Amino acid sequence: MKIGSALLTAHLWLVLVFLYVPILVMAVLGFNASPLYALPFQFDLVWYRALSGNAKLIDAGINSIGIAVVNTAIATALGTMAALAFSRYKFRGRTVLQLLLFPPVAIPWLVIGTSMLVFFYWVDIKRGLFAILLGHVALSLPYVIVVVGARLATFPRAVEEAAATLGATPWQTFRRVTAPLLAPGVIGGALFAFAVSFDQFVISYFLAPPGITTLPVEIYGAIRKGFTPEINAISTIIIVVSMGALLLTARFYRFGGER
Amino acid sequence: MSTVAVTDAVKKYGAIAALDGVTMTFSEGEFFGLLGPSGSGKTTLLRAIAGFVSLDRGQVLIDGKDVSGVPVHARNIGMMFQNYALFPHMSVAENVAFGLEVRGCPRAEVADRVKAALAMVRLGGLEQRRPKQLSGGQQQRVALARALVTRPKVLLLDEPLGALDKHLRQEMQVELRRIQRQVGITTIFVTHDQEEALTLSDRIAIFDSGRIIQEGAPMAVYERPVTRFAAGFLGEANFLQGRVTAMEPSGLARVALEIGGEALCRIADRRVGENVLLALRPEKITLGTSGQTDLNAVRGKVLDVVFSGNSTTYRIAAGDQVMMLFRQNLSEAMVTPGSDVTLSWSPDHLVQVTP
Repeated sequence: MKIGSALLTAHLWLVLVFLYVPILVMAVLGFNASPLYALPFQFDLVWYRALSGNAKLIDAGINSIGIAVVNTAIATALGTMAALAFSRYKFRGRTVLQLLLFPPVAIPWLVIGTSMLVFFYWVDIKRGLFAILLGHVALSLPYVIVVVGARLATFPRAVEEAAATLGATPWQTFRRVTAPLLAPGVIGGALFAFAVSFDQFVISYFLAPPGITTLPVEIYGAIRKGFTPEINAISTIIIVVSMGALLLTARFYRFGGER
Repeated sequence: MSTVAVTDAVKKYGAIAALDGVTMTFSEGEFFGLLGPSGSGKTTLLRAIAGFVSLDRGQVLIDGKDVSGVPVHARNIGMMFQNYALFPHMSVAENVAFGLEVRGCPRAEVADRVKAALAMVRLGGLEQRRPKQLSGGQQQRVALARALVTRPKVLLLDEPLGALDKHLRQEMQVELRRIQRQVGITTIFVTHDQEEALTLSDRIAIFDSGRIIQEGAPMAVYERPVTRFAAGFLGEANFLQGRVTAMEPSGLARVALEIGGEALCRIADRRVGENVLLALRPEKITLGTSGQTDLNAVRGKVLDVVFSGNSTTYRIAAGDQVMMLFRQNLSEAMVTPGSDVTLSWSPDHLVQVTP
């Protein structure tokens, strides 16, 4: 028993080391003066200074954040409504539609990206930020529906009935009972939507016109041209911001459980 | 305080009638128990009164007014649900205040009434707790306070004590009755627990397959069940087949029992020669060892004896039937299995039922 739990702890630590050491190394080297990642480590903010002067990278970053934010808003709103429809109403084709939600999550992005490129060309949607946004919404919708749907599956319907018997109109019930209880699921779905979009490379790469890029695409381009610790710097910023947001959210809402 | 009435209520789910023509009146201030097996329609009736179920036919009247077109939130009812259905994201005080706030009650009045309601259910001091931090009994009290604080016309209870353990249940039964009397609200409650129905109700109705089998005061329904189902569902009963052999001058019928012996009993509209079904409660039977059988008695042999503290249950073979008998443990003397015994009873306790 004791050996078992010790092994388990060791295993956990190994997994964590495997996950986090590369990230840590990357972050540390972003503060290293050498452009060739040479050691010994010499603390310098040179790469962060270079980053602040790199207009292309900054523009790409702004594009990425903009698309991710708009995508999150649209996908979360649509996905929550769809999840509500799936769980609350019976309609023709419901089961088929629900089944069709999952394949896009499993199909390689490369395939989806190619098909989107072809499809958008066919319906005459020009490559650009709008096309990228459409692609991202389509990709992140299933995640939102599944996450919100999971919350709805365990939703205690009796509390809505209780609210009605207490005199609450359907709208009051939604605003004061349903929405707050659904919030952790919706926020979880929104996080997924943001991550799917912000992280998205293939679709953005396919749908971006020359001259306009998102951050992952720009980073990929930069790496191909020549790797500098500037990339480490921007990656570190992204990690700090996204982990901060995640931890903040987790503080307010415990996943799956009640507040 | 209000009266509630249901007239000719019919509700079908596919081919199954959950309510098959139910008409009944719940009087002002009355505590009324709806009793029946699951699927008998009692919960459907409660939900129709609340407004969650719309009837295919018939009406629900509150204070004489048809409320068929009135949505749940406008019916001014209080309801307690099986698992309390407290709002998990609100404190105890917020839960109780909810019904007042959605009605636009002034803030100061809300605070006063919430305080009074929590005092009534003896939960003062727990205002800031979340439902999760409360015991089952406390959650129950919050649900009751929440349902009553809006001064509804009628209180509906859906298996209110089902989730509590036996001890707490009995305590809450007393509490529920006390508060109901204090408020004087017309209360309708659904239960499948016959003991709970007998303990709490002023009147009860027994449901089966969407119909009311019998309604009346608990003692009347228990002592004089009208059907085999009512007798068997509310308490235990032995059923005896017999044939009317003569009508006595006293007005009682003389019945030859299938298991042997003869008995007197009150029979409605039966002629000599007809078959009747009779119910006999196990606690009404006297156990004798004399071996003498007269009228209103049969011989039998004890099959087994189950001692349960204050009483003992005997199973006795009589004729080709097994009879059940309860006896209070007044003395330590027990009749052992295998003994020959005589079972006897008073003619008042042999009740004719329809099969």
